[in-house]
Amino acid sequence: MNFDFTDDQHAIKRTAKEFLAARYKPERLRELAEAGEYDDAVWAEMAELGWAGIFIDEQHGGQGLGIVELVILMEELGYALAPSPFFANAAAGLVLQGAGTDEQKQRWLPGIASGEGTGTVGVLRDGGAPLVPDADTAAVLVLLDENGGGTVVTGADAEIEPRATIDSTRRFSSVRATGGEPLGSDTEGARAAICTALAAELTGVAQRAMEMAVEYAKDRKQFDRPIGAYQAVSHRCAQMLLEVEGARSTTYYAGWAADNEPESLPLAASMAKAYASDAGWRVTASSLQVHGGIGFTWEHDLHFFLKRAKTDGHLFGGAREHRDRVAGLALRSGAAVGA
Amino acid sequence: MDLTLSPKEQAFRDELRAWMEANHPGEEPEGDEAAFEFRTAWQRKCHEDGWAGISWPKEFGGRGATLIEQAIFNEETVRAKAPAQANVLALAMGGPTVITHGSEEQKQRFLDPILSADEIWCQGFSEPDSGSDLASLKTRAVKSNGGWKVTGQKVWTTFAHHAKWCMLVARTDQDAPKHQGLTYFLMDMEQEAVQVRPLVQITGEAEFNELFIEEAEIPDENVVGGVGNGWGVAITTLMHERATLAFGLQVQVKIALAELVQLVRDEGLDDDPVIRQRIGQLVTEAEVLRLNAYRGLTQIMKTGVPGPEGSLGKWHWSDVNQSLTETAMEVRGPEAPVVDGEWTYRFLRARANSIEGGTTEILKNIVAERVLGLPKLR
Repeated sequence: MNFDFTDDQHAIKRTAKEFLAARYKPERLRELAEAGEYDDAVWAEMAELGWAGIFIDEQHGGQGLGIVELVILMEELGYALAPSPFFANAAAGLVLQGAGTDEQKQRWLPGIASGEGTGTVGVLRDGGAPLVPDADTAAVLVLLDENGGGTVVTGADAEIEPRATIDSTRRFSSVRATGGEPLGSDTEGARAAICTALAAELTGVAQRAMEMAVEYAKDRKQFDRPIGAYQAVSHRCAQMLLEVEGARSTTYYAGWAADNEPESLPLAASMAKAYASDAGWRVTASSLQVHGGIGFTWEHDLHFFLKRAKTDGHLFGGAREHRDRVAGLALRSGAAVGA
Repeated sequence: MDLTLSPKEQAFRDELRAWMEANHPGEEPEGDEAAFEFRTAWQRKCHEDGWAGISWPKEFGGRGATLIEQAIFNEETVRAKAPAQANVLALAMGGPTVITHGSEEQKQRFLDPILSADEIWCQGFSEPDSGSDLASLKTRAVKSNGGWKVTGQKVWTTFAHHAKWCMLVARTDQDAPKHQGLTYFLMDMEQEAVQVRPLVQITGEAEFNELFIEEAEIPDENVVGGVGNGWGVAITTLMHERATLAFGLQVQVKIALAELVQLVRDEGLDDDPVIRQRIGQLVTEAEVLRLNAYRGLTQIMKTGVPGPEGSLGKWHWSDVNQSLTETAMEVRGPEAPVVDGEWTYRFLRARANSIEGGTTEILKNIVAERVLGLPKLR
C-alpha cells in the first residue's frame, strides 16, 4: 500500500506548478479573464510539453500516461486558475479514446493530443447541450446523451451560441446539432474520468483559496491581533483544510481506480465529484468570508476562484446528482459501502 | 501510487483473517463483569497465538509489525466483530510508553503482565478542572521516604474499576512553569488511598470513573522518564496509536453504514430523495475517512512525521459518526426514541465522540496552529 505519487509523477507536478505560476501571474490572469481570452502562446507551450495528450495512447500521438497524470495537471491548472481550453480538449480525448470507434480515434485523437485540433464535450438536455466549454474553437464536439451513448460532430455541423457564465476564466457555448456519427461504445468510464478531472481542478482551486485565506488571516489585524488568532476564523480555516484534503483523497483514489481498477471507477468518480463540488464552493466562499469586505470586491482576485469553483461544481453533474448515484449504488447492492 | 496491499501485507491479512475465523469467541455477553471477563479471555488467546502487542518490538514480546500491519490488524478486528482486547489502554499507550521511556527494571516488571492481561491498566490524565488543558492539572505528589504521596482527583478514567495500574500524571513541583512541574507515575490501584466511583453516562452505562486519591503511595521506581518530565512522557502516551487508530474507526463506520443502508431498505425509504442524499453523503464521507487515513499512513512511512490528514481523522470521524446515527434516527421516524438496544444507544453514545480523546474544538485549534501555522490567541 502506497498512497503517493511516483518520482516521475512528482516531477510532473513540480514542473506544472512552476510553469503555470510563471505564465499566469495574478495581473496576467485578470487581464485574460476581463478580456474573456486565452493565451494561445501558452496553450502552444502546454501542447509542446505533451500535456494535451498526456493520457492518450502513443499510437495516437499522446504520451501514453494515465488518469493520475491528468489529475496532477488538472489540480495544478485549478491552483493556477489557468484560463485555457485544456479541460474541454482533455474531456473530448477521454470520450473518444474510451468510447470512439477505431476510425474516430484515428481521425480525432492526434489533433487533440497535439493541441492543434482541439475537442470538447457537451451533455445533452432536451435536445441541446446548454453549457459546453470551448465549443466555439473546437474542431470536434462530442455530445453525450442520457442513455450512456453519444455522437461526434464537427464544428461546421453544429449551431454554437456563446453564453456568458459567472466564470470569466473560461468560455462556454450552447450547442445544437442534428446528425453526427454515433460513438462506438458506452461512455460510462469516460464520463467518470471527466468527473475525476473536474474534481482535481476543484481540489486545486480550493487549495489556493485556502492558502489565500490563511495568509490573510495571519496578516490582517483587528483589535490588535491577527484575525487568525480568533477561533471563529481559525476554526473556519481548519474546516477548509479538512475539505480540501478530503477532496484530494477521493480524487486521487478515483484517478488511481481509472488506471488500475476500472470496476471501482464509476463509484469513486461520483464520490470525488460530489465531495469536490461541495468543497470547491464551500472553501472559496469561506475564504471570501475570512477576507471580509475586500473579498467581495471586483478588485480582489478571489471572486475568479469562487466563480470557477461554482461552475466546475455544476459541470457534468452537480453534487446532488452524484450523491444520488452513490446512494443508488449503496442501496442497490451494498457494494458502495465496502465494509 | 498503489492502493493494493503488497504480497507480504496481503499474507499478513490472510493469516489474520483465517486465525480470527478459527478462534472467534462469538457474541459478547451482557453485563460489565461478564463482558470484561470475556475480553480478558480473548486477549489471553490472542497473546498465546502472537496477536497481542502487534506493533511492540519482538524483544518485548510483541509482533514487531509495521504500521500498515497494525492498521490491517485494527481493520480486521473490527471487520470480524471480534472483541476488543481487555487491556487496550496498556497495549496501545502504557506499554509503548514504558518501552520508550522506562528503565530496564520497569520493562522487566510491567510488560509481560500487560500482554497476558494479568494486570489491567487505566489512564489518570484528566481532572475535573483540567481536561483539555492537561498542563493545568492539580493532583500533587509530595516526596516522602523512598517514594511519593499523591493526593487529588481524576475523572473519565476508563477501566479504573478493573485496573491494577494507573498511568498517572501529577504535579511534583509547584513552583516550576506549568508544563515542567509534572511527573509520570505508575500507581498501584490496589490501596485504600485510591477510591473508584463509576460515572453513569447519558446512555445509562458506566464506562468511566472518578478517582479519589488521598495520600496514595508510589515508590520511586515507579516514576517513568524522570521526575519533572511528565509532560513529554504523557505526550508520547497520547501519540501512540493515533496513526493507526483511524483504521479501526473507519471500518466501524462502514459496518454501521451497511446496517443503516439495510434499515433504509427495511423502512422502504430507498427512493426517498432526502434520505438518498444523506446516504450518498455518508458513504462518501466514510470513504474520505478511509482514504485520508491511507494517505496519512503513507506520509508517516515516507517522512516519519504524520501529515495533515492525521490531525483531521479523529475530528472528522466524530462528525461522520454523529451524522450517521442522526440519520438512522431520522429513518426510524416515530420509532426513533424507542430504546432498541441498537440505534438509540449508538445515537446517544455518539455524542461523546466529539469530546472524548480531545474535543473537536481542541483538534481544530491543533490543525489551525500546527498545520496551517495560524497564530495562537494566548
